[in-house]
Amino acid sequence: MLALLTRDLRLAVRAGGGFGLGLGFFLILCVLVPLGVGPEGGRLASIAPGILWVGAMLACLLSLDRIFALDWEDGSLDLLATAPLPLEGAVAMKALAHWIVTGLPLVIAAPVLGVLLHLPVAAQPWLVVSLLLGTPALSVIGAFGAALTVGLRRGGLLLSLLVLPLYVPTLIFGAEIVRRGAEGMALATPLLLLTGVSLGSVALLPLAAAAALRINLR
Amino acid sequence: MLEVRDLAIARGGIAVLERLSFRVGPGQALVLRGPNGCGKTTLLRTLSGLQPPLDGQVTLAADSLAYASHADGLKPTLSVTENLMFWAAVFGTGRAAVETATDRMNLRPLAARAAQNLSAGQKRRLGLARMMLTGRPVWALDEPTVSLDAASVALFAAMVRAHLENGGAAVIATHIDLGLAEAEILDLAPFKARPPSQGGSKGAFDEAFA
Repeated sequence: MLALLTRDLRLAVRAGGGFGLGLGFFLILCVLVPLGVGPEGGRLASIAPGILWVGAMLACLLSLDRIFALDWEDGSLDLLATAPLPLEGAVAMKALAHWIVTGLPLVIAAPVLGVLLHLPVAAQPWLVVSLLLGTPALSVIGAFGAALTVGLRRGGLLLSLLVLPLYVPTLIFGAEIVRRGAEGMALATPLLLLTGVSLGSVALLPLAAAAALRINLR
Repeated sequence: MLEVRDLAIARGGIAVLERLSFRVGPGQALVLRGPNGCGKTTLLRTLSGLQPPLDGQVTLAADSLAYASHADGLKPTLSVTENLMFWAAVFGTGRAAVETATDRMNLRPLAARAAQNLSAGQKRRLGLARMMLTGRPVWALDEPTVSLDAASVALFAAMVRAHLENGGAAVIATHIDLGLAEAEILDLAPFKARPPSQGGSKGAFDEAFA
């Protein structure tokens, strides 16, 4: 399973691998929003949590269809499915690789981009915490969607339609943590709910994704 | 090692083969023949467990079959050795197996080259070299000689023969003569599925309307 993880990471950083795609999108969004909304600090600060979380979510969505589509096209998904590796484990590893390539750079870059959006200093640590807790859910839910749509030509639209509603709880609780952090309110409830969403997704969705893959490979 | 009894299989919900029975023992190779679309690939995918049979039984020890599809499953930006090392790690066979496979399929001069820069025949050789890394006794090969030249076909035949001599078995769908004298030939044409109205197997498509 580690071999699959290192292979996917190696593929991601080689030419055309898509590393930095999500991060680039996130960066562009956070640079452009102040230009579009105007430089007024108070207004930016009030929308910053939402913008940062929507940006992170869309950045994740951008690279989802690559999780299985490339392996399906070149036939390695068939070979992986017949390999001794459990397909559930393969799905989990591919979701983890997606998170390391897409989610983790967002977590690291978010505080810097938060400054661009006038995010209050008090909210900075909560931004990192919420992204750290929430982005794994985005990757795993996305892997499930990608498994459902693997093999479809131009399945990206269907993938987005399937995945976006599932992203809504993560988005709401994630942005809520940052907003409450900025205003110094109690944030145990959204924090626990976000953690619950993430843990539940990580525990259940690899099984569902593997079942979807098996059906799609027939 | 592999026994198939009264098997019926379907592609896209329509039955293609039925009443198919055969048995492949250690050291035996079975060559599948038949016109395009007669179900050779579907049969191999069913044997490898990628799709369920319509009817009948496939008897096979767990984790004993290695499948090679039309596609080679190569990653274009990884080198020849990296591609092989990945599969060796997945199947737990290790570095020594990679070295042997590289030499046996004459890939040594290409070892450091990225797979995207290989020719079609070289890619195929790399895809076939993967079979040696699986360490599994039964090989299911789908059109293994496509785009191979005569010398590479001979390399491939030698690889299969060595596998058979080690007590392995192989099921090979191919149209050309591999020069494997010991291989048994199974023509699939007589097993073509009859329409359900004449007592043939019902495909999933027919069941939906039954």
